[in-house]
Amino acid sequence: MEMVVVAPPAPGRIEDLRRRFFATPLQALLSLVSLAVMVFLAWKLLNWAIFSAVFTTSGGPEACQAAAGACWSVIAARWRIILFGLYPFEEQWRSALACVTVVVMTVLSCIPAFWTGRRIALVWGAGTALYYVLMKGGVLGLAYVGEEAWGGLALTLFIFVTTCLIGFPLAICLALLRRSELPWISRTTGIIIDSVRSLPLISILFTFAIVLPFALPQWLAGDKLYRVILGSALFFSAYQAEIARGGMQGVPGGQEEAAMALGMSYWQRIGRILLPQAMRNALPATINQFVISFKETSLVVIVGFFEILASGNAAYGTGEWRFAYVEVYAFIAFIYFVFVFSLSRYGAFLERRMSVGER
Amino acid sequence: MSSLLRNQKVRNTLLQVLFVGSIAALVLAGVAIARRNLAEQGITSGFDFLHKSTGWDVSFSLLPATANDPYWWFFLIGIINTLFLGSVGLMLATTVGTIVGLARTSSNELARLLGRTYVDIFRNIPLILQVFFWYALITHLPPPRSAHEAWGMLLTSRGLYVPFPNVGGAAMALALAALIAAIALPVWLGRTSRLSQPVGERLTFQLAGTAAALACAALILIVGRLPDAPLIDFPALQGLNLRGGLRIPPEFSALAVAIAIYGGSYIAEIVRGGFKSVGKGQVEAALSLGLSPWRVFTLVKLPLALRAMLPILANQYVWLIKATTMGIAVGFTDFFMIVALTINHSGQTLEAIGILMAGFLTINLSLAAVFNRINKAIALKGNQLRG
Repeated sequence: MEMVVVAPPAPGRIEDLRRRFFATPLQALLSLVSLAVMVFLAWKLLNWAIFSAVFTTSGGPEACQAAAGACWSVIAARWRIILFGLYPFEEQWRSALACVTVVVMTVLSCIPAFWTGRRIALVWGAGTALYYVLMKGGVLGLAYVGEEAWGGLALTLFIFVTTCLIGFPLAICLALLRRSELPWISRTTGIIIDSVRSLPLISILFTFAIVLPFALPQWLAGDKLYRVILGSALFFSAYQAEIARGGMQGVPGGQEEAAMALGMSYWQRIGRILLPQAMRNALPATINQFVISFKETSLVVIVGFFEILASGNAAYGTGEWRFAYVEVYAFIAFIYFVFVFSLSRYGAFLERRMSVGER
Repeated sequence: MSSLLRNQKVRNTLLQVLFVGSIAALVLAGVAIARRNLAEQGITSGFDFLHKSTGWDVSFSLLPATANDPYWWFFLIGIINTLFLGSVGLMLATTVGTIVGLARTSSNELARLLGRTYVDIFRNIPLILQVFFWYALITHLPPPRSAHEAWGMLLTSRGLYVPFPNVGGAAMALALAALIAAIALPVWLGRTSRLSQPVGERLTFQLAGTAAALACAALILIVGRLPDAPLIDFPALQGLNLRGGLRIPPEFSALAVAIAIYGGSYIAEIVRGGFKSVGKGQVEAALSLGLSPWRVFTLVKLPLALRAMLPILANQYVWLIKATTMGIAVGFTDFFMIVALTINHSGQTLEAIGILMAGFLTINLSLAAVFNRINKAIALKGNQLRG
């Protein structure tokens, strides 16, 4: 006798909807409440941001105050100060180009083909140099613009890039020192890392910006901007060092022993065996740390820098646009969102990609 | 000499002495230079300044403060403000995070989408931007004369005015203790071995405990109320200003809201991770024993998820306490702002930084110690998971 197994008929569209959203009374209630909340928020948001919003500057602030929705004309009128801060008006194309440089550099370093020590160093070295020349000028016929005039998005990106550029190698040094077999070295490094980690970033930035000049000889104090970057790099490296150490612990001990048996020197073992595998283990957490540190660059506003948040405050803070603070903050939030969200999505993509290789 | 250098032990010792020595030398040199620079400005080092009066006032304080109070009193005020803002922020963030996290793990697709949108938006915007935004929003509210009113609360640009019971300080503290008991009692009754009822059939006891504690709180409030005053003091307009009730200053509410929303988005992810880590087999086993979905949740999923969440949650809490230092951006007098003000006014730079470090180290270490204790107490003992 032959048994024929017939697959149950595929549920119809209505049946499918019922199963997915209205399977039980509780599910139905949950669906309806969620739907109501979503529709309400979406309607409010769309109405505010698009349907009753003012987009052009032709009416000036008065047209905005009369309208019920968002006043995007403040962005149209003030986008230059938000993006470029106090940078000289005629030179702002340089600031824009510098921002593009940073973005290109970041995108390049996200491509696996660039993941060798030399290539990544080349990309970041060349990118930072290009950024620096574009912003500061004084060579190649570009007019000189001092750091005190830098501002807006370009300054935010500069602080982020230099923080990573100094902080990342420092983090690896700290992680290696903490793993050292010499107890005094590992303990001292441990104390340094843990005390930096236990302090809030703002207090470190404040110390580096305001207090450090007291404790340094005059010739060492340097510009406030670079001291703050150093402070933020130190903070970044303390966190990243623990991530790197975690990655190193995940490398099987046999790997290093095998390298030793092959007669490799300490630096060969570290550079060719340990670090590549450790970085692979630590990659998702590392990307996460980059994301966090990008968001945290916004804190330099507290020690008096004209980065994007401060220039946003300035854009609505004075004169006729006083009422349009929501739009300005929404614009800045959107810029941050684009950068941070794409970075963290990339991190999630990497995690998936790597977990495929391990299974 | 060169043969000595070739000796591994000697080389290691030398290396360590060099490393520790150079770091110590750097620190000592910095301190020496700072002392000399400060002495040139006529600032004497040492902690004697702690007993001098500050000469400035704070805008928000849970303790009585005047400009004549000494520095150490202001540091205490700062630490208490930080802890107060921190604990309010943590509670709010945990509530938000739990709700959003549960939405993200629910079986309902729409609720999941809603939770996910929330997390994606608020996690990706810097906290300080959110603080600025809420602060601007609150200070742009209408003035007291045309305040928004809802449930007896008044929303104005000068702060949020909420009704507040007219009771003395001692009665307030007792009532607060009774309220905490109302939360703690059912938890304790659910776990203790002193009751003969099996765990899970103690709902009546738990409800009775809560009700009794709440009744106690109400009784204390009624008995301890100030003479000749209504029990609850509603804020009301008088002339150009608002009188009565409790005023929550805009700085505080902006920070608390921002920490709740931003912290909530991170805690939601921790909650989601905790529930995801609960083994499918455990839930299936509980279901096959015939437990109801609610009891599967409270007896199996929640305890297991909590154990997975706790260490990460502790980290997040430490981070959120540190985030209260953003008060300086909007002018909330937290611990860090007191330190910054001290440096500005007295010039006692090194001492103030030392106090700052000591303060945050203490807060972090005690929080970590508390969480380690809890973690140990609820860790699965032996091999009850296996077998």
